[in-house]
Amino acid sequence: MLIIAVIAVPLVSAVAAAVVPWRRGIGWAMVASSTAVLGLGVALAVKTERHRAVGALAGVLRADALSAFMTIVIGAILLLASIQSLRYLAVGITRGEHTIRHASLYTVLIQLFVACMLTAVLANNLGALWIAVEATTIATTFLVGHRRNDKALEASWKYLVICSVGIALAFLGTVFLYFAALHAPGHVSGAAALDWTSLMRVSHHLDPAVVRLAMALVILGYGTKVGFAPLHSWLPDAHSQAPAPVSALMSGVLLSVAFYAILRFKAVADAALGPGYFRTVLLVAGLGSLFAAASLLLAQRDLKRMLAYSSLEHMGLIALGAAAGSTLAIAAVLLHILGHGIAKAVLFLASGEILIVEGTTDIGGIPALLTRRPLLGGIFGFGIVALLGMPPFSLFVSELNMIRAELQVGLGWAAALSLVAMAIVFVAVTHHGRRLLLGRSDEAQTSTSRLVAIPLVGGLAICAILGISAWPLQSLLYAAASVVGR
Amino acid sequence: MTLGFSLDLVELASGIVLATAVLTLWRKDLRALISALRIQGIALAAVAAALAFYIGDAGIGFVAVVVFAVKGLVIPSLLARVVRTDPGSREADPLINVPASLVVASGLIVLSFLVAGQFTGLLSDPVTRLAPLGLATVLIGFFLLVTRRKAISQIVGLLLVDNGVALVAFVLTAGVPLLVELGVSLDVLLAVVVLQVLVAAMRVRFGHLDLDQLRELHD
Repeated sequence: MLIIAVIAVPLVSAVAAAVVPWRRGIGWAMVASSTAVLGLGVALAVKTERHRAVGALAGVLRADALSAFMTIVIGAILLLASIQSLRYLAVGITRGEHTIRHASLYTVLIQLFVACMLTAVLANNLGALWIAVEATTIATTFLVGHRRNDKALEASWKYLVICSVGIALAFLGTVFLYFAALHAPGHVSGAAALDWTSLMRVSHHLDPAVVRLAMALVILGYGTKVGFAPLHSWLPDAHSQAPAPVSALMSGVLLSVAFYAILRFKAVADAALGPGYFRTVLLVAGLGSLFAAASLLLAQRDLKRMLAYSSLEHMGLIALGAAAGSTLAIAAVLLHILGHGIAKAVLFLASGEILIVEGTTDIGGIPALLTRRPLLGGIFGFGIVALLGMPPFSLFVSELNMIRAELQVGLGWAAALSLVAMAIVFVAVTHHGRRLLLGRSDEAQTSTSRLVAIPLVGGLAICAILGISAWPLQSLLYAAASVVGR
Repeated sequence: MTLGFSLDLVELASGIVLATAVLTLWRKDLRALISALRIQGIALAAVAAALAFYIGDAGIGFVAVVVFAVKGLVIPSLLARVVRTDPGSREADPLINVPASLVVASGLIVLSFLVAGQFTGLLSDPVTRLAPLGLATVLIGFFLLVTRRKAISQIVGLLLVDNGVALVAFVLTAGVPLLVELGVSLDVLLAVVVLQVLVAAMRVRFGHLDLDQLRELHD
């Protein structure tokens, strides 16, 4: 019941937003709906911690602690994005950039997009997982192009073509895995053979050669959606052209949802092939992404592209953490997914506000933000501090624990390389941040709307509280990590 | 229909799927490209239908109907409508010319058989040994996608990849489970509809469908 409710909430909201023309009340209803998703996620977490896993729809959907955790991540970032969407749409309508119809379409697509992500993390069937992830691409294409200019059009074309082709490979991989499952002794027949619970049961009997091919395709496919280098070329374009709340959802959660899919496959592969295979692939993907991000961040001039490449960096770190694979490592990876999601959402939303009030996201065109708009500049500054993994924010704790876990399993060299890349990122991002925030200005100070500031400050505060004590999440994190960790 | 005949039909239709993939590299006329795609969709449905007889499974028979409707009828018609309104409907200047493309295609086909040959047991079964044809279709789709400049050619490339994966699924596992197949078909259909809307927007903005003009976003 609970599982179906989680997915039904955004679907019902989508219908409501489609039927009633957009007005502020609809926007607030969407905020209420995101709060409901977050609340249901917490309820799901409580339930799965007690009962292990719950199923629905004849086993097609299933929630364990990991699904519940991802639901909470999606709900939390959706809440931030929904509040900022109010501002984005209201300003757009006042300035004549959007019609009421565009605002409605935007609201419907956001809710459908979220419903797809929730389905992906609650799917037990790997086919259903694939369908949901591909559907997120389709739902977000129009959102990426919501500004309706040449660049937005180019970005949405690239996004849909590259991600669809990429994910087609993941489907081929899924087919090979299905083939292996049907030939394993003691398998279940029909759709249930693609359930990851039944795959885990027969994992020791799967033909290793077929599984190796399947997993390579799966990582390539879902890796395109995560944005691992060199499959990341769509990522900075889509994330920089999309409206800020959409960027927040895409960078903050969509990438992690795709990575969640990889984690599920990793559990099967580790059982069928031993940990070495996935570890090697994740190390290559992780280090490649880290260094690609570091080198591309150095010369960045656009605020939102800088944030997009920073996502590439964090996905690289997460991949390295997952390569370590122990329960500690996966718990740190999950905390990092949450911390990065919140910090990145705050920064994208702040940059959306910067675009609204300054008219540009060109770093050189926005000097002395801290002097002119102390609150907005302060939020952005603290967001960057959080993103760079400095205490007290939770990214510091998760990065530290990922490195600890890597050292424990003898991946010290990879941890060292990742520190080098992180140092380059640190230099690049602080340089860009300093150009943006500091400087002199004779302009009078301007205040920032409370509707914008309160949720963003709240997001940063939660990120900091999680960094000081992961207490409210501790047991959930370990329960979730033990689902796929060793 | 006897078992032997239905097996022959599976083989023939699988062959047509690959042949039409090669055809898309050969012809520059975008209308011919879409005709090839339509034939491929129908052949793919025929593979499913013949398999339904061969293994006696009604579920895959239903899948055949869905595949025929989506990949044989709806998607090609959607694309044909786009091309009809576009006067310069030729892939005039691909990044790699046609003769070279055909050589690459034969290389890709050989590669697919080599990859499939790695899996003992795959080539001994009369149906699963057709899997390399699907793999080759996937690879040719990729190749089309990266070497052609027209938006329509890229969509066709994407669909070739998709059809190739579907063929592999049919011959390896008699298709994915019905519910999954329905969801996948819906996704593909929606993706094509969205791409078509983007193509229409491109024509309004740029007046043509050459993707070379999309060069504003880069680092």
